[in-house]
Amino acid sequence: MAMTALSKLTIGPILFHWPAEQKRDFYFRIADEVQVDRVYIGEVICGKRVPYFEQHYEEVARRLSAADIDVVYSTLSEVMIRNDRQIVAKLCADESINIEANDASALKYLAGKKHAAGPFLNVYNEWTMSHLARNGTTHITLPPELPGQAMDTLGAKSKDLGVTLEAQVYGRIPLALSARCYHARAHDRVKDNCQLVCEEDPDGLDLSTLAGEPFLTVNGIQTLSHTCLNLVHEMNGMQAKGISAFRLSPQSHNMIETAQLFRRVLNKEIDAAEASARLAENGLDAPFSNGFYHQEDGCRWVENQ
Amino acid sequence: MEAMSMIRPELVCPAGTPASLRTAVDAGADAVYCGFQNATNARNFSGLNFTTAEMRGGVDYAHDKGAKLLLAINTFPPGGKTDLWKSAIDDGVCFGVDALIVADIGVAEYVSQNHPDQRLHLSVQAGASSAEAIQYYCESFNIKRVVLPRILTVKEIKAIHDEIPCEIEAFIFGNIGMMAEGRCSLTNYITGVSTNMDGVCSPASHVKYEEDKARNLMTKLGDFTVDCFSCGENAGYPTVCKGRYLVDHREEPYYAFEEPVSLNLTSLLPDLMQAGVTALKIEGRQRSRAYVRSVVSAFRKAVDGYMAGENPELSGLLALTEGHRETAGAFGGKKWR
Repeated sequence: MAMTALSKLTIGPILFHWPAEQKRDFYFRIADEVQVDRVYIGEVICGKRVPYFEQHYEEVARRLSAADIDVVYSTLSEVMIRNDRQIVAKLCADESINIEANDASALKYLAGKKHAAGPFLNVYNEWTMSHLARNGTTHITLPPELPGQAMDTLGAKSKDLGVTLEAQVYGRIPLALSARCYHARAHDRVKDNCQLVCEEDPDGLDLSTLAGEPFLTVNGIQTLSHTCLNLVHEMNGMQAKGISAFRLSPQSHNMIETAQLFRRVLNKEIDAAEASARLAENGLDAPFSNGFYHQEDGCRWVENQ
Repeated sequence: MEAMSMIRPELVCPAGTPASLRTAVDAGADAVYCGFQNATNARNFSGLNFTTAEMRGGVDYAHDKGAKLLLAINTFPPGGKTDLWKSAIDDGVCFGVDALIVADIGVAEYVSQNHPDQRLHLSVQAGASSAEAIQYYCESFNIKRVVLPRILTVKEIKAIHDEIPCEIEAFIFGNIGMMAEGRCSLTNYITGVSTNMDGVCSPASHVKYEEDKARNLMTKLGDFTVDCFSCGENAGYPTVCKGRYLVDHREEPYYAFEEPVSLNLTSLLPDLMQAGVTALKIEGRQRSRAYVRSVVSAFRKAVDGYMAGENPELSGLLALTEGHRETAGAFGGKKWR
């Protein structure tokens, strides 16, 4: 099927603070072992983490490019202090790389240049999409809470504008950002003296309710779901709406296998039910959710008819 | 304090209902902000907000008394549903509102293309937290004023002021959300109602209070327990970012995000005014008329006092804060983060 062949599989930026070697090895394995079309590197959560992996950017990008994988640098999702601002300015000044903007400061630097818009940019409607397209945006990853119904309109409009669309289909769901670091707070520290304690939690820090129920996941200034987004059943419908790229958000378990499963579903080699069963066995140790897509509570799992 | 060095700031006050609008204007508000009874504004609660007829009347009342009316259209229309936002904008412009407070790039785009003379303010919900981000909105949509996120220190506000071409409005009193505005889907995650798209945070329709055998009161939002209070304690309204939770390495539950406190920048007012803040915003469209009257009157006196070079007494405001506990939030310094 022509439509399927055009669909791209992407690896989103690593949201958690993994040691630099772990990140590098992760990307090397992606390059060597799985057929993905695009990988987003770059730190999107915390400017303090940037110096640790920055030195590996070139090496990783070279390896991925050699495997015929597009490399896109994602910018910080929250830009506030001087350090954050300098990081974004520096990345956006580099004419030789592709960039995904995650806040309006990046949009300023990238005005008139071809770039992607990230999921933190709040592209909810066709008006916003038209504006961004005029500013140079050619590819947009939609916010995770956007319901499938809204994708119909956005998908139709994207074709007129020559913009391509992407959506996250796997991994913990980004739910909120803050100026405060909740990882530091959990250890009775503040952001300025955090000692990068977030490195202890490769899939984030689990928060449970007082009733003992797993609820949310803390990742520095970010709050994510406890549940793991799984839209493997919805991808067909999303393709029909005009979504042409599907993003897997890295978790610390075997993402190679996860990516292979999604690739095989896109290639029609296995069906969604089989992929889902295998993801449940080998994926993140958390229940699946797909509620946002179906306009239900985001934490819910809606059975497919 | 040099009274001469400051621009007289505009006191921007909440008007959840037509009655509150009149109360705020009569108590000395320079401007009131309000929204329509639908998803186009970020305080879309039942019993709040204005019909189109009431909005027209509100503009007239405010203007007759020399006050401004700022209309909040500060949510993010989902694809295919922009008509509701279009009507709200067109009505607001037609009624002669003094500014539209917008957050969505698309909404700003619609206004600047269809009503190029309409004054635009950038809502806190846009989350523009750096000079470059604000510049982007100003250059793209001719934004005249930015409402700054509640995450910056006074020093940072001063630095931003020097780099942007528009006025600054800052929150000084009221409820303080912990998450970056316009970047929070926590309510939607557990209730199916979205803060960004529906204008609702912690909807009352999804709140439950359940008592256990030991008479502890559990407060729940959706199916999730957000906090628990023993019988002597005052149970707070369940908001995800002000709840108590457990993590493996701590023995006791803790406020993982923030304690139930309110923002009170009374003591920083002169600093904010000298940092270049020219509009001071009071949160609380969901609060009673009595609250609006007390808070607006107190700040009216305070601002007038500071402008006259005096040091006004404002300690009475603490009684009006959430749980009677207050914070200067991020404004006080970097340790808050």
